[in-house]
Amino acid sequence: MSVYVWIETYSGRANPSSWEALAAAATLAENLESDLTTLVFGENARAIATEAGRFGATNAYICDDEVVNEYRLEAYAQLMTDLVKRHQPAFVLAVASSRSRELLASSAVDTESGLIAEATDLRLDRGRIIATRPAYAGKVSMEMTSNSATTYITVRGRAFQAPSKDANATVSLAEIQTALTMNDLSVEAEAFTDSAENVNLTDAAIIVSGGRGMANNPKAVPSDQDAVDPNVWKAKDGFENTLRPLASVLGAALGASRAAVDAGYISYEHQVGQTGKVVNPDLYIACGISGAIQHQAGMRGSKIIVAINKDAEAPIFKLARYGIVGNLYDVVPALTAALRRKLGS
Amino acid sequence: MHVVSFTRSTPDTAAKVWVNEEGKVSWGDVATVVNPWDEYSLEEAIVQAKNCAGEATVIAIGPEIHDDALKHSIAMGMTKALRIDEPGADTRDSLVWSALAAGAIKKLGNVELVIFGKESVDVATDQHSYQLARRLGWTMLSYVSNIIALDADTGTIRVEQMLEQGKRVLSARLPAVISVMKGINEPRYPNFLGIRKAAKARIPVWSAADMGIEAPVPATAVLAYHNPPVRAVATEIITGNDSAEKAAILAERLFEEKVL
Ligand SMILES: Cc1cc2nc3c(=O)[nH]c(=O)nc-3n(C[C@H](O)[C@H](O)[C@H](O)COP(=O)(O)OP(=O)(O)OC[C@H]3O[C@@H](n4cnc5c(N)ncnc54)[C@H](O)[C@@H]3O)c2cc1C
Ligand SMILES: Nc1ncnc2c1ncn2[C@@H]1O[C@H](COP(=O)(O)O)[C@@H](O)[C@H]1O
Repeated sequence: MSVYVWIETYSGRANPSSWEALAAAATLAENLESDLTTLVFGENARAIATEAGRFGATNAYICDDEVVNEYRLEAYAQLMTDLVKRHQPAFVLAVASSRSRELLASSAVDTESGLIAEATDLRLDRGRIIATRPAYAGKVSMEMTSNSATTYITVRGRAFQAPSKDANATVSLAEIQTALTMNDLSVEAEAFTDSAENVNLTDAAIIVSGGRGMANNPKAVPSDQDAVDPNVWKAKDGFENTLRPLASVLGAALGASRAAVDAGYISYEHQVGQTGKVVNPDLYIACGISGAIQHQAGMRGSKIIVAINKDAEAPIFKLARYGIVGNLYDVVPALTAALRRKLGS
Repeated sequence: MHVVSFTRSTPDTAAKVWVNEEGKVSWGDVATVVNPWDEYSLEEAIVQAKNCAGEATVIAIGPEIHDDALKHSIAMGMTKALRIDEPGADTRDSLVWSALAAGAIKKLGNVELVIFGKESVDVATDQHSYQLARRLGWTMLSYVSNIIALDADTGTIRVEQMLEQGKRVLSARLPAVISVMKGINEPRYPNFLGIRKAAKARIPVWSAADMGIEAPVPATAVLAYHNPPVRAVATEIITGNDSAEKAAILAERLFEEKVL
């Protein structure tokens, strides 16, 4: 009996959130007294699998050739499906991401297995899996089980704590081969443009977010910017020169409300909420955001919420542990300065 | 070209949702809406079908409540609607769902492109598009932020995909299943003519037997729904003489909370 974990890799490095999935899987493996096997495909698979060993994996299947060198759904699914068909692991886990969602869902169909998405808690009840996951934007939680020989589970980022590292731990590696060639693949990837900046909201421990209130920047629009909408100029300037410095001091990611995104103040990658990203940081600082229900859906899971808003009646204060009623363009620079003094950077 | 889009009704995102005494999810008498993520996929299906002088079919899987979403889709401009309802089948299980969906696509016969929204706003599983593609053995192109080219004659599609790490351009042969992101287009509002057409539309309902397939068996089951524990937050509104003083106090608190 095995428990498998797919370690997501990118440019030869592991997605650090994958260690959270490894931790979730380790609890299941311990309970079942089974091995804990990672599947590592792509550039640097051997080194990444060795690193996974330090985080607690006992075994690994690795594959690193031209076809799986970078992520390709068809090739990765074929490898995963082949292993599952041969060894029937009890579980296949991965941290929920764009890629793991499609990969696990595809392989689950190949093997006619149950699939549970975005679990936030897992336990075994006399060998039966009980997974908890939020639904209806976190207004409800649901408990699911599965009766197939193998169950595929994606776990929500930051729902499980990454395991501690043991520098001396070893792992038993087995190399596997792809059955597909480049000619078998039906999708051709023409080009890859890295994001100008890595937004990575879902892994962020701290998020600083701005809303429609960003447009109330007291700075005057420079005369050579006549052509642009003054609100857009002011809000963009605010995101860059008021919020980003706070984010930099805290090592935080920048988030935004849909109102800010739809008005063109910042790109969609930054949107938090029901039609954006669901985030669960330790600290979420909402600036000039009213706290509409759809925004709450994306950030309610944050450990500590701070609201900075000039309207004392804004619904965001009901969620916030700390609030400052005031103009964000006064408060945020003051907070940045205070934190910089304390953090000594 | 025949383009298909899947959608269903979801509770209004502003609705209060809770688990009632019978253990069922309820949102009172608040109306449902078409899954908000699907406004983009429906718009894209309408535009792409029109560009290729083809038709655009919308399909919902599940009970009658989803007719609302189908009617909204017709009102937007989808050519025809279809509902799959297999009594007793637990369509919350993705294997059951994808088997029924694949049955419908096969019965329609001439479909070359299926367009999904990114996820269902209520359960947010983001799994149905992939499983349908896999069942059909079709190419899956996920998280599409732009269809750069769709050529019915050569049977090819070229798209831009948006992932956590950046954007990629992908090209593939049809048939394909794609899922699209918010921002790919500006979804239209139904106009008066569309609403009239939707009101008159008759929506055929197919069972598994109608599609010539066995009723699929689920692998997963929902054991229970729960109301999450009420999160009692004691809000401290920080007061002080000026922003600098308030900010200094807030910084102090954040250190005490050990979140920095
Ligand atoms: C189907 C659907 C999906 C949606 N999905 C999302 C989603 O994913 N994410 C999302 O965020 N929203 C979403 N929304 C939109 C949501 O309903 C709200 O419209 C949106 O969140 C409002 O954004 P906001 O708080 O920035 O703007 P507003 O509600 O306009 O609030 C602006 C706030 O800024 C404050 N303010 C103004 N100036 C200042 C200043 N100088 N200093 C301090 N405070 C100031 C104001 O007091 C106000 O509270 C969705 C809506 C629908 C219908
Ligand atoms: N029962 C259903 N009928 C039709 N479409 C659905 C159904 N369930 C999910 N979808 C669509 O599948 C896509 C992905 O949703 P999901 O995998 O549920 O997050 C969205 O476009 C949904 O509207």
